[in-house]
Amino acid sequence: MAPVTVFGSAVFANAARVLVCLEEVGIEYEVVEVDYMAKEHKGPEHLSRNPFGQIPALQDGDVMLFESRAISKYVLRKYGKASNVDLLREDSAEEAALVDVWTEVEAHHYFPAIAPIVYECVVFPARLGMQPNQKVVDESLEKLGKVLEIYEARLSKSKYLAGDFFSFADLTHFPYTYYFMKTTHASLLDKFPHVKAWWEDLMSRPSTKKHGAGMFLEP
Amino acid sequence: MTAGSSSSSKPVKLYGWAVSPFVARALLSLEEAGVDYEHVPMNPDAGDHRRPEHLAMNPFGQVPVLEDGDLTLFESRAIARHVLRKHKPELLGVGELERSAAVDVWLEVEAHQFHPPTLAIVRECIAAPLRGRARDQVVVDENVGKLRAVLEVYEARLGSHRYLAGDNVSIADLNHFTLMHYFMSTEYGPALVGPLPRVKAWWEELAARPAARKVAAFMPLDFGADKKEK
Repeated sequence: MAPVTVFGSAVFANAARVLVCLEEVGIEYEVVEVDYMAKEHKGPEHLSRNPFGQIPALQDGDVMLFESRAISKYVLRKYGKASNVDLLREDSAEEAALVDVWTEVEAHHYFPAIAPIVYECVVFPARLGMQPNQKVVDESLEKLGKVLEIYEARLSKSKYLAGDFFSFADLTHFPYTYYFMKTTHASLLDKFPHVKAWWEDLMSRPSTKKHGAGMFLEP
Repeated sequence: MTAGSSSSSKPVKLYGWAVSPFVARALLSLEEAGVDYEHVPMNPDAGDHRRPEHLAMNPFGQVPVLEDGDLTLFESRAIARHVLRKHKPELLGVGELERSAAVDVWLEVEAHQFHPPTLAIVRECIAAPLRGRARDQVVVDENVGKLRAVLEVYEARLGSHRYLAGDNVSIADLNHFTLMHYFMSTEYGPALVGPLPRVKAWWEELAARPAARKVAAFMPLDFGADKKEK
């Protein structure tokens, strides 16, 4: 039986999101490189995996999935129980709802604030030799600061975002935060001690340590 | 699976102005679920969403907010998932690994591929004029191009699947309704959807659902501007 295959390596933040979930559930998987600089993700073979031509995709037997947050939930749902890992909490309506709330917060508040900083300060310089657009960076830092104030308040009241249990809502923050913390703006987290402690806890997990090592783009 | 047993003593309440496609998305999930709920209207012009009482429910100061028993939720997509997981789990594919995966994929597609360009078009074509601002045609044209490419993927998908996530309707289809409702009232709606027969049929069927018709009545195409005059 073919192992689970991820198309796109950890250097791609959205692929790293999926890869840490695979590590958490402890199943075997293989990673197939997609050559971004050669636009392989827009070629017919990858388009047959992801019609939007983005990275990652995942194949599990006959199942082909795309959109990293959806792939991650599938992996956690299918393989979690056997490994005694429950990061979606779907047996509890209340817990699952709070996981969903903070997963949506990552997608619609956190990611839009932090991703432009990662693109400007890490991805574009490394991939395209461009200098950061300081206006974009400054606007995003301001937005991110406001988001982090809310996170600080939340994490002052509960150990993790969805409650006192670690969940996908926390883990989904890993990839973009990892790259952000490589930039000179990492010190922003020093203003938010609960957020900083939460981040360090996230980085103490074997899954994030392993795939952080594969996220080699430097600012 | 526990189903929020405390909720029977407190009614479900949804806070927010129904003209918002986000609030209306949550209302649609409640209508589809067939549960009793109370809609608590709010006034954005009076800054209801920035009051401390609201921020205590949603620290991002946005609508909608759902109260279900002791649970307070925000983010319309999380609210819709909760309501339907509880009352119509088949719309999420609960208990079916492949179906739930397909549902999750197309929920993400709605959020990350469909929503951004569609919202931009609706903002420029409907919201901006209502606020006395001219439409930015450059923004419209850029997003029409993006949405056209997205809808071509939908056309292909609906060619091989009856609904986005498979043979049966799901929350992935439903989550498109409220923003599509506004988008289809602009000239770009029929222009983009008209040439795509499967997307067109999918849209018409979605809009014909009794819950969708009911929620559409809460979303007048001028965002209720005429009511403000009175």
